[in-house]
Amino acid sequence: MLQQITQAAISSISSLWENKVRSIITMIGIVIGVSSVLIIMSIGVGAQSLILSQIESLGSNLISVSPGHAEEGDMLAGFFNFAVTTLKYNDVTYLRSNRYAPNLVDVAGYNRGFGVVKWRSESYDTSLNGTTASYLTVEGSEIEVGRFFTEEEEINLSRVAVLGSAVKQELFGESDTVGQRIKIGGASYEVIGVIKERGTVGLEDYDDQVLLPIRTTQRMMGINHIGLIRARVDSDENIDKSIEDIKVLLREQHGIRDQSGKSDDFSVGSSVQTLSLVTTITDGLRFFLTAMAALSLLVGGIGIMNIMLISVTERTREIGLRKAVGANNFDILGQFLLEAVFVTGLGSIIGIVIGIIVSFLIAIGVRFAGFDWAFVISPSSIVLALVVSAGIGLFFGYYPALKASKLDPIEALRYE
Amino acid sequence: MNIIEIKNLSRTYGDEVKTYALINASFSIQKGEFVAIMGPSGSGKSTLMHVLGLLDRATSGTYLFENRDVSTLNDNELAVLRNEEIGFVFQAFNLLPRTTVFKNVALPLIYARDKSEGNKRVRDILEKVNLSHRLGYLTNQISGGEKQRVAIARALINNPSVVFADEPTGNLDSKSGVQVIEILQKLNDEGHTIILVTHETETAECADRVINIVDGKIVSDKRVKSKKRVSANDLIK
Repeated sequence: MLQQITQAAISSISSLWENKVRSIITMIGIVIGVSSVLIIMSIGVGAQSLILSQIESLGSNLISVSPGHAEEGDMLAGFFNFAVTTLKYNDVTYLRSNRYAPNLVDVAGYNRGFGVVKWRSESYDTSLNGTTASYLTVEGSEIEVGRFFTEEEEINLSRVAVLGSAVKQELFGESDTVGQRIKIGGASYEVIGVIKERGTVGLEDYDDQVLLPIRTTQRMMGINHIGLIRARVDSDENIDKSIEDIKVLLREQHGIRDQSGKSDDFSVGSSVQTLSLVTTITDGLRFFLTAMAALSLLVGGIGIMNIMLISVTERTREIGLRKAVGANNFDILGQFLLEAVFVTGLGSIIGIVIGIIVSFLIAIGVRFAGFDWAFVISPSSIVLALVVSAGIGLFFGYYPALKASKLDPIEALRYE
Repeated sequence: MNIIEIKNLSRTYGDEVKTYALINASFSIQKGEFVAIMGPSGSGKSTLMHVLGLLDRATSGTYLFENRDVSTLNDNELAVLRNEEIGFVFQAFNLLPRTTVFKNVALPLIYARDKSEGNKRVRDILEKVNLSHRLGYLTNQISGGEKQRVAIARALINNPSVVFADEPTGNLDSKSGVQVIEILQKLNDEGHTIILVTHETETAECADRVINIVDGKIVSDKRVKSKKRVSANDLIK
């Protein structure tokens, strides 16, 4: 048995070598399939870790309160609920320095809109972020020039603006900004400060925005609700406790007696929950993309079957001869089966090498573009690629090999 | 000692309408004989050779190969016999393309139980057919006569008791044909049993005995009165 397998292996390798061009062409399908599975798996992991690190960089000890009721962990419902008006400015002030929520470092409210900002002849379309004076503490941002607006200015509906670094660059270039007056929606605002460049964090561009006192924006938009509350917690361990504190306080503030959470007109979640949600979504995407790439392996397998069938026909005389000099059906079956497995095996090894190289180049490219991209090739993906392609070789090689082994030696010898 | 003994051997094709390729053939061949099976094309001589060479099975009758009843052997046992006891030489050479002379001769060794001194055996046999200088050549780089000598070397690699040669000179020029027959005679002198299938009388006369077959029936089985010895300088025709 073992000897027969060795014989078949020797015959397979030498006949693959003697038909180099055909072997290589057969291999290409597998090489492409395996390398694309590997590249996509690697990009998937890299992209996921990039997104997750973005969210993590927000800080894991942030709690978000969105208007409207949402199931536990289901942040999307609140995310898309633009029209829900259940959160008010008073909720922010109520939560701030409330002795029943002792672990909240600070709380900020938000109202987000978009608009054109003008300075002299320059104009720039950006996001207008109405917020509270506690913004810097909650978000962990810093002032580059000037100052942030005060609580007084927030309450007094002052027309002051703090610019994101990108907005400053677009409108003012290198000119001085503090003390200049910009126009938003026909009204004039005084620029009092510029936020230090921070980049995109948690899918939010911190540099491409103008920060205004929240009550000022409420009046500008003609609304009395707010879009979001964020609270910073003093330490990670207190997140769950603080979420409960906030829920209790907001129910009290909103006059909700039901403590089960079913009647809440707001939803509270931490960035940890967002993290797990995003992980779920990106996991799904990765799986889908990998499945797509795996389809190309299947196509490669069909290619192998095709070429093997041609090869069996082309080598009918050879098969007849091998039988005449003493090969039995098992020898022939083994030889052709092993040929298919060797082709896929070698093809997948080449595919793995190409996949690793391309993934590495992509990682270098993305890092060059300034992102923190992890270059990950998991051993499991390599094992998976090898096993799957060997399986494909066996599966698609079996029929042609069986056909070869059953050839009548006399017919095969006569075959022209 | 009879190496081959057949009795009332028939081979038919088709289930409902039976076509007889071989009808009630009976004869025996002794170890060391040089037998020519002669007949026009379509006479059934190739069928006879395939059955005798264990490539095909008879539909009726008995066939004893080295005193073993072939009908009791399974396909794998026949494959072992073909490997160890039988060598084939075909009209169309049937060498593996894009493969060296050496590897072609070594091919039966792949399936052999005894692979000892394989490389040495290949070299010795190539020497015997005067092809030592073509060892590393690919089979498409050598002449027709050389190809047939490679095929003979391949047939001999496992030191078989019988060599079947099916029209071995059919695709060769007369000079190469003579060389091939000369080698077969030399092998016969060394004790190999040779069974030569041909349609040419002059080639058949190089054997000890000629069995004539027409329409599947054996019509004559005679000793050759004056066996023709050939050497490379002769021409058969």
